[in-house]
Amino acid sequence: MKQKEIAALLDEPACSHNKKSKSGCAKPKPGSAAGGCAFDGAQIALLPIADVAHIVHGPIACAGSSWDNRGTRSSGPRLYKIGMTTDLTEQDVIMGRGEKRLFHSIKQAVETYSPAAVFVYNTCVPALVGDDVGAVCKAAEERWGTPVVPVDAAGFYGTKNLGNRIAGEAMVKYVCGTREPDPLPEHTQRDAMRIHDVNLIGEYNIAGELWHVLPLLDELGIRVLCTLSGDARFREVQTMHRAEVNMMVCSKAMINVARKLEDAFGTRWFEGSFYGVQDMNNALRDFARLIEDPDLGERTERLIAREEARINQALEPWREQLRGKKVLLYTGGVKSWSIISALQDLGMIVVATGTKKSTEEDKARIRELMGEDAKMIEDGNPRALIDIVRDNNVDILIAGGRNMYTALKARVPFLDINQERDFGYEGYQGMVELARQLTLTLNSPVWEAVRAPAPWQRPVREVVVNG
Amino acid sequence: MAEILKRKKALSVSPLKASQTIGAALAFLGFYRAIPMLHGSQGCTAFGKVFFVRHFREPIPLQTTAMDQVAAVMGSEDLVVEGLKAICSKSNPSLVGVPTTGLAETQGSDVKMAVGKFRGKYPEYDHIPVVALSAPDFSGCLESGFAAATRAIIETLVPEREAAATQPGRRKRQVNVLVNTSLTPGDLEELKDTIELFGLRPVVVPDLSDSLDGHLSDIEFSPLTVGGTSVDELATLGDAAATLVIGASMDAAADALRKRTGVPDYRFDHLMGLAAFDAFIQVLHELSGEAVPEKLARQRAQLQDAMLDTHFMLGMGRFAIASDPDLVHAFNDLLTGVGGETVAAVVPAKANVLTRIACQQVQIGDLEDLENMARAGGAELIIGNSHALETAHRLQLPLLRAGFPQYDQLGGYQRTWIGYRGTRRTLFELANMMLELEKGEIEPYRSVLAQKPEYSEANDGAAPTSESSAIRH
Repeated sequence: MKQKEIAALLDEPACSHNKKSKSGCAKPKPGSAAGGCAFDGAQIALLPIADVAHIVHGPIACAGSSWDNRGTRSSGPRLYKIGMTTDLTEQDVIMGRGEKRLFHSIKQAVETYSPAAVFVYNTCVPALVGDDVGAVCKAAEERWGTPVVPVDAAGFYGTKNLGNRIAGEAMVKYVCGTREPDPLPEHTQRDAMRIHDVNLIGEYNIAGELWHVLPLLDELGIRVLCTLSGDARFREVQTMHRAEVNMMVCSKAMINVARKLEDAFGTRWFEGSFYGVQDMNNALRDFARLIEDPDLGERTERLIAREEARINQALEPWREQLRGKKVLLYTGGVKSWSIISALQDLGMIVVATGTKKSTEEDKARIRELMGEDAKMIEDGNPRALIDIVRDNNVDILIAGGRNMYTALKARVPFLDINQERDFGYEGYQGMVELARQLTLTLNSPVWEAVRAPAPWQRPVREVVVNG
Repeated sequence: MAEILKRKKALSVSPLKASQTIGAALAFLGFYRAIPMLHGSQGCTAFGKVFFVRHFREPIPLQTTAMDQVAAVMGSEDLVVEGLKAICSKSNPSLVGVPTTGLAETQGSDVKMAVGKFRGKYPEYDHIPVVALSAPDFSGCLESGFAAATRAIIETLVPEREAAATQPGRRKRQVNVLVNTSLTPGDLEELKDTIELFGLRPVVVPDLSDSLDGHLSDIEFSPLTVGGTSVDELATLGDAAATLVIGASMDAAADALRKRTGVPDYRFDHLMGLAAFDAFIQVLHELSGEAVPEKLARQRAQLQDAMLDTHFMLGMGRFAIASDPDLVHAFNDLLTGVGGETVAAVVPAKANVLTRIACQQVQIGDLEDLENMARAGGAELIIGNSHALETAHRLQLPLLRAGFPQYDQLGGYQRTWIGYRGTRRTLFELANMMLELEKGEIEPYRSVLAQKPEYSEANDGAAPTSESSAIRH
């Protein structure tokens, strides 16, 4: 990828970070960098496309330590769970055999697994050596007759966030618009309800949580042409250009996809979240608002009223246990605000939230939810997080999996909110699971057990004698 | 605390109970050069032998008085006399145990009198101790039989303080350890190692870790046990600094020992979980005057960490436990300690400890009861013996094997449950089993509107028309 192209990706007019010097896409600082590289970002953004063979072109480190570690779920094919890499050797690099190996790798993947498509992720070493991945992909597609999409995402191009955009860019550039949507199934048109097409961009179906939301969309007559990329199929990505509305789910990472689809096809888009009762309501209302179908608007309100009543009842016993508990939220990005509303729905108090990856817009939303004096944490190093927990008598830290063991070592209750988690929290139903998981850890007797000193370290010796 | 539900069914279906008789036999197997001879019909012994052979995968010395129908009617004391003579003359054991069976008890056989007759008739075997006890299978269970035999051994072979002039504390570093049947040979090894870390010398009674720990020795065949507590050592119990008692079922045996020797005792219901083992370590620390070794402190910290790591999976977990009372109590404490809940607890027989089990209800019953309670309570994992495998299959739940018998897998007898290390391993195993349940899994929802090719194949058999799949390069 040329420097010019990288610069173009970094310059994202739809992203409010663009106006600030300190952006989510800023250069990482040596010695104090955290988070993944561009390859990481590109791979996690697209890996959930389930019927695609995802080939990582590079030596083993790139795929070897990253394959199959994401909590995304598929309702059908499991091909995406199979790690594929060219596993370049020293000889390949020295002798320039990388391209040849890639070409044969694609052949092998196509012949063995008959994938709907092959995605090839370029990584640092072949990018440095100068493998022409784009040309290999093109030649392979002509030769084997299966679409082969190059995703040029060498780690040194930049951050994980950039990688997300590279992934989105590759989809828009190579895939979107190469097929028209399927006609609507006839049996779905028996009533007068008009079916509307939408996309969910940045929805990864972690732990299958989208399946809490999809039935409601079905009920409203909203067809999801494609989720980019949770539980997606290649042929769905091809039709993304035909959506009436795009929803950016909980993430700015692929905002370039929404913007480019808007520029090219005039698709309107909004940013929303499926976490928490309020946000779920808002997301459904935003669909109705942008689609401009009055009937849909009415049906949406009826559905919200019904679901809210149902879920309030289901949440009542949990609320009793969670009310007033203090939370420190450190998630970065959009989840910083989207989860706040979910926690507030449960009666919990969010004392501070991480804003390292949040945009100005995100921060504005946070202030809206938490008030003007909302405490925002820019630097989420573990020590700082623990100090905030101590200083504010925080009951539970909610953060990504990599902070989990930090919290546990400090004997602080913890809930994993990031992609590696095993539980889905989206939708109305997801709230019940969220409440359950929060209660589980908050009320666990282990905290007392690990905080108390050993009997022989207690100041007053208590002798346990029954004899 | 728990409500105790009595057995109310006529039929025991998928029994949980192993007999008190073989429990008593097991206690004898924990002594060196010993052999139990069940006073009953041949089958009582044959079944018991198979039971232990399958569990331990070891040859098991076990004999029988082989009561036949004549003896059953006319009296069986002579069989005891002849049986003892045969064993003593052939094998010269260090200890012979004679637990009675239901048959002998029903008949009214007086086994103590029979032993007296044997002594009168064959004084040349006076040096061989014989311990007879009543252990009919119509009361109690394996655990109570084991405890009763241990008590009988103490009452027969541990001299009274006055008579033998023993002095508590004369052997300053010796601690007697009375152990229940919940402790596996692996547990006993852990126990002995831990005690030795404090510079103390444990005398475990009975010591299955020395006899049935599954070691290959130079002795090709022995009609007797090849290891275990030395019978001679029983005479020194009165000189020990203290007695540690593990398991509530050993209370009566402990009372007997204390009464005879005056050695102070420290009692522990079990040694699973942080709090339980802390209490144990604290006592060792005080008895020995030694600092708690760094190694143990480290293991403790490792366990605490494991508790944190596993509480996510075990918290609000719903467990069904079937085993003898002491082990159910131990598991219940362990699971409660990480936020789990026991939704079904079944024991085969009544015991004093039942009231201390901190769960809603304890059913005295069988594995069918367990199955029903587990189903009703929405259990997620079963803890029980190998027989519970079928139960687990029917409930489609995973099974953690514990207790007697374990015949469908190897190494159950050697597993360490207790202590910081054993608890940690147990928590990991349980948490892994919970993970495999994929509790968080959400049922895939298949939108009728979706453009996913495999949906339409499933819906109407018509695959979507193959389209041009070229992309833009």
